[in-house]
Amino acid sequence: MNTLFDKIWDSHVVNSIEDGPQQLYIDRLYCHEVTSPQAFEGLRERGIRCFRPSQVFCMPDHNTPTHDQDKEIENEVSRTQVETLRKNAEEFGLTHYGMMDPSNGIIHVVGPEKGLSLPGMTIVCGDSHTSTHGAMGAVAFGIGTSEVEMALASQCILQQKPKSMRISIEGKLGEGVTPKDVALYLMQQITTSGATGYFIEYSGSVVREMTMEGRLTLCNLSIEMGARGGFVAPDETTFEYLKGREYAPKGEAWDKAVEYWRTLRSGDDAVFDKEILFKAEDIAPMITYGTNPGMGTAIDGTIPQESEIPAEGLESFRKSLEYMGFRAGDRMIGKKVDYVFLGACTNGRIEDFRAFASVVRGRKKNPDIVAWLVPGSWAVAKQIREEGLDKILEEAGFEIRQPGCSACLAMNDDKIPAGKYSVSTSNRNFQGRQGPGSRTLLASPLTAAAAAVTGVVTDPRTLLQ
Amino acid sequence: MKQKFDIIESRCIPLPLENVDTDQIIPARFLKATSRDEKFFGDNLFRDWRYNPDGSINKDFVLNDPTYSGEILVAGKNFGSGSSREHAAWAIAGYGFRVVISSFFADIHKNNELNNFVLPVTVSEEFLAELFDSIRKDPAMTVKVDVPAQTVTNNATGRTEKFELNAYKKYCLMNALDDIDYLLEHREDIEKFEQGRRR
Repeated sequence: MNTLFDKIWDSHVVNSIEDGPQQLYIDRLYCHEVTSPQAFEGLRERGIRCFRPSQVFCMPDHNTPTHDQDKEIENEVSRTQVETLRKNAEEFGLTHYGMMDPSNGIIHVVGPEKGLSLPGMTIVCGDSHTSTHGAMGAVAFGIGTSEVEMALASQCILQQKPKSMRISIEGKLGEGVTPKDVALYLMQQITTSGATGYFIEYSGSVVREMTMEGRLTLCNLSIEMGARGGFVAPDETTFEYLKGREYAPKGEAWDKAVEYWRTLRSGDDAVFDKEILFKAEDIAPMITYGTNPGMGTAIDGTIPQESEIPAEGLESFRKSLEYMGFRAGDRMIGKKVDYVFLGACTNGRIEDFRAFASVVRGRKKNPDIVAWLVPGSWAVAKQIREEGLDKILEEAGFEIRQPGCSACLAMNDDKIPAGKYSVSTSNRNFQGRQGPGSRTLLASPLTAAAAAVTGVVTDPRTLLQ
Repeated sequence: MKQKFDIIESRCIPLPLENVDTDQIIPARFLKATSRDEKFFGDNLFRDWRYNPDGSINKDFVLNDPTYSGEILVAGKNFGSGSSREHAAWAIAGYGFRVVISSFFADIHKNNELNNFVLPVTVSEEFLAELFDSIRKDPAMTVKVDVPAQTVTNNATGRTEKFELNAYKKYCLMNALDDIDYLLEHREDIEKFEQGRRR
């Protein structure tokens, strides 16, 4: 009761169905090319228009190649899907940022950077990482395609209100410990279903001191704990980040908005359905060894022994290690790495590129490593050049590609070959996620950079300069 | 596919693994379709478990084992975690499943199943463990899912449990109605809500 989640959610309820879901009003709907075509097809079949076109923003990101975006996409099916989004946006009168448009990029990178995602909003997209936008102080969550169709048709969806959870992280993070490590630690602690049925409010000194981009990374990974979404109450960091962005309010409207946004916080008497407290000092740089994001360990740690795994989970654990080619009890440091991927809606922002560059500066890419550095948007790519990071990265033997989701889920050509190991800054290490047979080790940009220069899993703290 | 639910009695296909994510249910490379072709998605359900990398059939996977058949999939806890892709629900429906039984479902996937007239039935850990055991002992055993009564019965042991389903969704399932039908009927309320916010 009286949580920020209650305030935002309840103020968007149009109707409550008795012994049923609530009809929730949606401020922003984002559409990408993969989960929207069947929704638009549904509208056509029903003969209806989009209800509030000005609140819908579309951009392709999943299929886009990370090179030669000025040319046609070679893969015909990918090309058709990207082209279908453009046609649908045109037919239904929606804003569309196509490939090569300076506003294009991964939808969850572009929304915040354009000021489209604002505090107090409800935001949905047919993509589970919509939780990212929670960093702005919004209730943002992923939905299925039927629900995309609902939002297009009525600017509403029917939802059961999730329960509320507060995760507080107090203390000071150690050197080399990033927001990504915080999130991987939370997943390891509460498992990938630990927050299912909940919406998370992140708080505590670690979160208050986190930059906006750090919060975006943290909220992005809420879904990997099972939560529908996670958010951070807006504060000066949020307002500072938003001020002057393209779609953020301007002038008098800005002052009025900030005045309202300042009221967006959980009451001192707020009661959460669940509260968990973690200490920053317990968190080290993390890396995953298994096939769900909760299967992680401190980088200088070991894979658990079978005796530490509950009986009902043993078959899944064994299957997972067999797939990864690891053994229970193995140390992670020193394991061979073939590919490094920096990017995705999790870690494809400017701070991630700065972190990566800080480790590889003055060093060389290991010759056995194939590295894909993919900015989250054209705006990020531009800033990389403006800050001269491109020079540092190129001198170290790295090439910067063009923006998109890329090897996070390998719907374009950026596929990790079967059996190869990838240290990846993305969000999922599921079987085949980065390409059939690929083996993913999730980690922070610092840890990815450390692997890129050494060719093996390396504690980034030993390379900080 | 919109279809009316009443009582379903069927044999089961067991998948006693935990955390089955939607990337396993339908891998990303099959998400490029622009239409809702359930047959296509059904043919590729659990694609990388059903087929070996060379395209041959993986005889060890349960869907390829003729011992098991039925309209009910029984899976370990945290079924459908990960990506929000509704294609996973289309694949399950397209393969011919009408019910999925597990002790725990991921939220988004659960909604996606319901929106595609596949019924997710959440049972206790004990019920699930006993059901896996019953299927192992007798693959021909059946389970009865009674939607009006909201009960699920292991016909081998007689164990019955109530399952949760809100009255609204139950009405929708039993009458083959979807949420868009509801929302389109309530457009006036939405306009009123918007006007109220502008004030």
